Amino acid sequence: MYIGVTLSTLIVAGTAAADWSGSVALEYRGFTQTPLDDEQHRHYFSVAAQPEYVYALPDSKDQLRFVPFVRVDQYDSERSHADIRELSWTQVGDSHEWRIGIGKVFWGVTESQHLVDIVNQTDLVENSDGEDKLGQPMVNLALIRDWGTVDLFVLPYFRERTFAGAEGRLRWQPRVDTEQAVYESSRGRDHVDYAARWAKSWSGIDLGLSYFSGTSRDPRLTLGSDAGGNLVLVPHYELIHQAGLDLAAVQGAWLWKLEAIYRSGIDPAYFASTAGFEYTLSGAFDSGVDLGLLAEYLYDDRGDDSPSPFQDDAFAGVRLAFNDAASSELLFGIVQDLTSQARMFNLEASRRLGDQWKLSVEARAVAAAPADDPVFPIRRDDYVQLELARYF
Amino acid sequence: MLRRLLLLLLSLGACSAAAQTPEEKGLAIATAAERRDDGFGDFTANMEMILKNRHAEESRRKLRVLEREVPADGDKGLTLFDEPADVKGTALLTFSHKVNDDDQWLYLPALKRVKRISSANKSGSFMGSEFSYEDIGSQEIDKYRYKYLRDEPCDGKPCFVIERYPVSPNSGYTRQVVWLDQAHYRTWKVEYYDRKQSLLKTLTFNGYQQYLGKHWRAAELFMQNHQSGKSTLLKWSDYKFRVGLKDADFNEASLKRQR
Repeated sequence: MYIGVTLSTLIVAGTAAADWSGSVALEYRGFTQTPLDDEQHRHYFSVAAQPEYVYALPDSKDQLRFVPFVRVDQYDSERSHADIRELSWTQVGDSHEWRIGIGKVFWGVTESQHLVDIVNQTDLVENSDGEDKLGQPMVNLALIRDWGTVDLFVLPYFRERTFAGAEGRLRWQPRVDTEQAVYESSRGRDHVDYAARWAKSWSGIDLGLSYFSGTSRDPRLTLGSDAGGNLVLVPHYELIHQAGLDLAAVQGAWLWKLEAIYRSGIDPAYFASTAGFEYTLSGAFDSGVDLGLLAEYLYDDRGDDSPSPFQDDAFAGVRLAFNDAASSELLFGIVQDLTSQARMFNLEASRRLGDQWKLSVEARAVAAAPADDPVFPIRRDDYVQLELARYF
Repeated sequence: MLRRLLLLLLSLGACSAAAQTPEEKGLAIATAAERRDDGFGDFTANMEMILKNRHAEESRRKLRVLEREVPADGDKGLTLFDEPADVKGTALLTFSHKVNDDDQWLYLPALKRVKRISSANKSGSFMGSEFSYEDIGSQEIDKYRYKYLRDEPCDGKPCFVIERYPVSPNSGYTRQVVWLDQAHYRTWKVEYYDRKQSLLKTLTFNGYQQYLGKHWRAAELFMQNHQSGKSTLLKWSDYKFRVGLKDADFNEASLKRQR
């Protein structure tokens, strides 16, 4: 009945908007050092495409989005992968919003890591920074009220984290065998997860409180062996509960940020947080350039037992926005482990070429990583990445 | 006796006219200009920006703008980026305030991330154009101090020339000189003086049209940067007033779903 009504609306009005856009990109990754494993390579080329289709009914209350993604990598069979980033129907009411299908949600405010963000699984083969995500099947109801917005999620299907294949770089030694993934829940990836977030903004302040109950997106890795008898790492997905807080406060040129989580259901339960600021000097050096200075402290109360490399670390970064016609940008950051002395460098820069092309450069490096630091397996995986993308 | 009284009255009148200082007259003109645009309710419009560098090479941006008047405070605005293709889906949400810094959030569609941005960044360029955030933002009365300079024709009409001084220490300007016509208080020209007091940019307005029998909007704004030789032409089209935008059209959820 409902579909019949909307379809007839569509035919009568005839102004439903359908729109294709997206991008195709050629990527090169060059590693500066010889690999730890003979199977790995120094130079990798890959191509990726992410088209995006949006269909909006003329009432502008209903919207369909479809965003498939595919990458083909020269060597890494796991990095050659396809995903449905989004395939969802959104219906907008006066003070609520329904979204059903495969979607993507981001929670959080900090720059160096994203502790609170938990709804979508990380597509780790795409980028080691963890900012690329796999599409998550969901039913989402958002209640938008004066006292804030409450987002309720039912997440009926679990997505496993992606890991580089035997021939790929930026991986553990030995490699992670995703075929053998083990679940704490007897229902495996069919376990239904739940999540909720309340968020409210005041003048100068954004606050979010979130809760998640279900299968952890971060697997614990244990030693095992594959069918050929080779050593591999096996991912274990545990059931967890996680309470999260994210806070941003702006005060003139200062932007203060805090993220904190408490995760239980696993042993030990733990607390972790990221806190810091971004200070923006606009029109720095008497030019149109905006200079952002970033600093954050990363804490995890499990200390050296934490599987995360960020348990007692300081992050310092510089962001340059050139404000030119090519939208040139640069972000450089260092994460210094205050306990193990390991150091990570990260550079991201991009500019538009003409109206439809964009060139991006990315470089990451690790220094002084001792054998017990979680970044030790990628100690020889310093790389420079060039990407040329065409947008349409 | 009668003559003396008349003289007294005349001199009193002259006195009260003289009592309006150039500062008061400047503020009165700016207030009158704002009053005339009160009650627009809400509007949507399309904007095209044509950026030209000193070699006359062009690049274009396309945006859509939604705005809702908030009588007690500033206005609520949503700016949606359509072109160039790599920024498509990016959106900027602004709650302007009469006195305090505006609240601003930027939505980055690739990460699905809504980022609070510091609105102290007033002098930064908007999308690489010659318009800065403070040029493009809502021009609330209390964001400036004023001074009336003189009467002078502009665009062939009798005009007021006033000077205004940004209150915010983060402004990129020391002063702006504004030409408004005396009949409708429409702005025809603005000269922007930088922190070193030299002329930085000139903005000229063209193609005014009246909407709802009251609200004047220019179809073209042309910003010439005298120091860099660059310019930006901003073309407005498809103005629709009172389309029924609600507060619910200006929140985090609406930022994410706009296309």
